[in-house]
Amino acid sequence: MSIQGYLRADGRKGIRNVVAVAYLVECAHHVARTIVTRSDDPDVHLIGFPGCYPNAYALKVMQAIGTHPNIGGVLLISLGCESFNREALRAAIAASGRPVETLVIQESGGTAETIRKGAEAVARLKGVADQTPRVAMDVSELVIGTICGGSDGTSGITANPAVGRAFDRLGAAGAACVFEETGELVGCEKIMADRAITPELGEELEASVRKAEAYYTVMGYGSFAPGNAEGGLTTQEEKSMGAYSKSGSAPIVGILKPGDLPPTGGLYLLDVVPDGEVRFGFPNISDNAEIVELIACGAHLTLFTTGRGSVVGSAVSPVIKVCANPETYRKLSGDMDVDAGRIMEGRGTLDEVGDEIFDLVLSVAGGRRTVSEALGHQEFILTYKAFDPIGPACLPLRRAS
Amino acid sequence: MKPILLHPDDNVLVLAEPIHAGQTIEIDGQSLVAPGDVAVGHKIARRALAIGEKILKYGAPIGSMTAEAAVGAHVHMHNMKSDYIASHTRLATGEGQ
Repeated sequence: MSIQGYLRADGRKGIRNVVAVAYLVECAHHVARTIVTRSDDPDVHLIGFPGCYPNAYALKVMQAIGTHPNIGGVLLISLGCESFNREALRAAIAASGRPVETLVIQESGGTAETIRKGAEAVARLKGVADQTPRVAMDVSELVIGTICGGSDGTSGITANPAVGRAFDRLGAAGAACVFEETGELVGCEKIMADRAITPELGEELEASVRKAEAYYTVMGYGSFAPGNAEGGLTTQEEKSMGAYSKSGSAPIVGILKPGDLPPTGGLYLLDVVPDGEVRFGFPNISDNAEIVELIACGAHLTLFTTGRGSVVGSAVSPVIKVCANPETYRKLSGDMDVDAGRIMEGRGTLDEVGDEIFDLVLSVAGGRRTVSEALGHQEFILTYKAFDPIGPACLPLRRAS
Repeated sequence: MKPILLHPDDNVLVLAEPIHAGQTIEIDGQSLVAPGDVAVGHKIARRALAIGEKILKYGAPIGSMTAEAAVGAHVHMHNMKSDYIASHTRLATGEGQ
């Protein structure tokens, strides 16, 4: 299977050719959304940040997504008086060689006129993006994320370890594989640290989980939703053990924070819990906040496992949904790409489903639309956070090279 | 009906299909009558469990018992708890179980 990637001016290769329309404050959301809706194009996506106060993390994530390899051009929609540093965002996108335009509603004649100009801008950006050269792309050039949502007692037996099998194969082929949500690794920190390629990285992995536990304790809730309990999961650490199996069995080569790009292939943990005192509420208010952070780390696509039955997709990067629970699959088969619950019923093995996921990653990278893409799911959510840069022990391979 | 043993050290089993009270189930080669209804994905006791006992699943500790459970009994929020962070349900948010 050969993947024909989109070669960007900065040398990165994408699997989609998306023009993003980005609102830079909630006040510009309606205008941006209307431009996207009127384009009636499956490759024109809405992204944005709702806050009016400045936030370094939000700028970093928006810069990372605006320069993502799946992005062929960006239209920025600003109200005009918000704090978001639109000049810095525009400069980062322009420096990557991608076309970028900005419309400021207060200077563009208001809602109707900005929508009209925005539609013209999208047409121009599409015209440039359509000229992007196609080149062969190897598995080793892929960045793949994984997340679980709506987990239940089947997740850790079927879909999660099947994704782990696929991760092992993808990583062995040289792809960068990223798993995340340190709040869902509480209880697994010791066994995870044993997989680190250096003792110092192992200490960083344990510290990231301790940070998550402390953060969630202050918030008063673990990363544990009522549906998890209804589905048979009793405790955070039980959910964690199931979630952890998505990471497969390869050595862990590094820790990333949102917006950091993996410098090599191999398996990475994305630390999504903010640093410092608890300031902006829950670390990830819903699953798509985590998917956005995976995309900010360069994820070309995301493997989403679900037991209770999530239906989401994402803007910018396709989501492959792997259903863990056979009863859920029968109810929601139209929202699922892979039926991993069949393992529960003896109609398949972990290795077979792992191979199916691996093959599907390659065909989606080659252009096949996922179920959520075909249904028009393009969720995107970005909220306030604060991070310190990763420490020197977090990327041993980069240090060595 | 044979529940799933995920790891030889485990003291709970996972249901691959729902069980109903009175139904015959098999645990470690022994047949017994299921004491109650339990849904798919939920856990039952592999052997009698005492208060304070650590629960092992995937061979790893996932919490401890807050009440006794007989072999075959449902093991869930009514008789076990996290050793880290309290879980919550839709009815009892943040109360700790």
